[in-house]
Amino acid sequence: MENELVLKVSNVNCGYRDGGVFSRGEVQEVLHDISFDVRKSEIMGLVGESGTGKSTLAKVILGMVKPTSGEVIHFSQRPQMIFQDPYSSLNPAFTVKRIMEEPLKIQGVKDKAERTARVMEMLKLVELPEECLMAKPGELSGGQRQRVSIGVALIQKPKFIIADEPVSALDVTIQAQILKLLKKLRKELELSFLFISHDLNVVYQLCDRVLVMKGGQIVERGDVEEVYNNPRHEYTKQLLAAVE
Amino acid sequence: MKKGNWYLTVGCILTGIIAAFIVMGFIWTPYDPTAMMTGPKFSPPSLEHLMGTDNFGRDIFSRVLQGAGSTALIALCTVFIGAFVGVGIGAVTGYFGGIVDEALMRFNDALTAFPSVLVALVIVGVLGGGKYNVIIALGIVFIPSFARVTRTAFASLRNVNYVKSVRLMGAKPARIICLHMLPNTLSVLLPAITIGFNNAVLAEASMSYLGIGIKPPDASLGYMLSEAQGMLTLAPWYALFTGGVIVMMIFAVGLIGEGLQRYGKEGM
Repeated sequence: MENELVLKVSNVNCGYRDGGVFSRGEVQEVLHDISFDVRKSEIMGLVGESGTGKSTLAKVILGMVKPTSGEVIHFSQRPQMIFQDPYSSLNPAFTVKRIMEEPLKIQGVKDKAERTARVMEMLKLVELPEECLMAKPGELSGGQRQRVSIGVALIQKPKFIIADEPVSALDVTIQAQILKLLKKLRKELELSFLFISHDLNVVYQLCDRVLVMKGGQIVERGDVEEVYNNPRHEYTKQLLAAVE
Repeated sequence: MKKGNWYLTVGCILTGIIAAFIVMGFIWTPYDPTAMMTGPKFSPPSLEHLMGTDNFGRDIFSRVLQGAGSTALIALCTVFIGAFVGVGIGAVTGYFGGIVDEALMRFNDALTAFPSVLVALVIVGVLGGGKYNVIIALGIVFIPSFARVTRTAFASLRNVNYVKSVRLMGAKPARIICLHMLPNTLSVLLPAITIGFNNAVLAEASMSYLGIGIKPPDASLGYMLSEAQGMLTLAPWYALFTGGVIVMMIFAVGLIGEGLQRYGKEGM
């Protein structure tokens, strides 16, 4: 069972076309021949500096951007996403309860009691106090908001979650708490993550395997320990040297 | 209470008072607004005639009450049509973007390029005059500005993460637009609506002033102002009071708009 996959990405290329409706525009290649897979209950790290196409890759996986060639195969239902900035990922007009209920409403859970029960259960799982239920996102701290975002993603019972720099907007102590939470959730719910980050320390703490991206290509991949102790590609060496 | 909310408070009180007078005007006026010779011609303001009388000896106060009523009614309907259609168009184009957006917005630009009163005149020319046609004409004229404001607000929200996240949950566009985006654009839309109301009052006044729209013996503030112009030397109070009521109305609603805008900024 160990090698059961949740995601397989093969030979994905992706480019954006510049310009507006009437201009032809040059196609700018953002992703170049990307292939990898994510196994069940595995945390896959994706590191690289800004502008290397990490977020574009996430969008391609989620189906928000169409790849120009190659394919993305999901072995689970719709993946969910946790965004970097917990300030813009929650609707400021809604209460926490309403935000967490929304996915259930969209899925067509009509019974109000059931929805409330599931929200309460999720609140406990992401370790938020009950007082937060009626608060608006504006009244919560960054860490609490990120917990709500995680709750919103998890309440849809996905098996695979893409986390795009989920802790980089938080202070170090809160970071540690959220990472701990993610580890716990992975274990309890057998979740798989694609964890996008530019912070090598965080990736080292959390991930099982890691992909290193540069200029739209994966330049190095492997088990975290191996890549960190024995980097082969020049770029990975530079990245690691910059941390120490 | 926070400082910014004074605008809102004062605006609401003033608007409330004016609204009360308008409602009273629908039910009861001191004299029949169209009855002639309720007193001497051109009599200055007195206890019997609070705002004096005009060239037919009609009670100006009664006429102002009734006129303010029709002006407010026309302005409200106009804003309703303009806002309803405009917000609809703006929301759809802002959310979806692309070709539809380009096409509708260029059409919008074309419509905006003409002075609004001119467009309204053309529409009234085609449809014929009268209260209801004026409402339709002004309503159409007001659509572009609402569409533009709404489009901008929606376009800036389209790629915000919480909208992306409900899209990922599989929500339908209608649900995203109405439930998730609309409430968050209210801080922009509500002030736009109050400003729109003011513009509608002025537009109605200028249309009536030009002699299109409300037909005598009915009264609207703009129509009365154009009447008053002819007797400016004989009964200056006529123009002063009618003009004053227009100013009051705009001032009161404008305060609400300003208050809402500040309130929205504080909420951010």
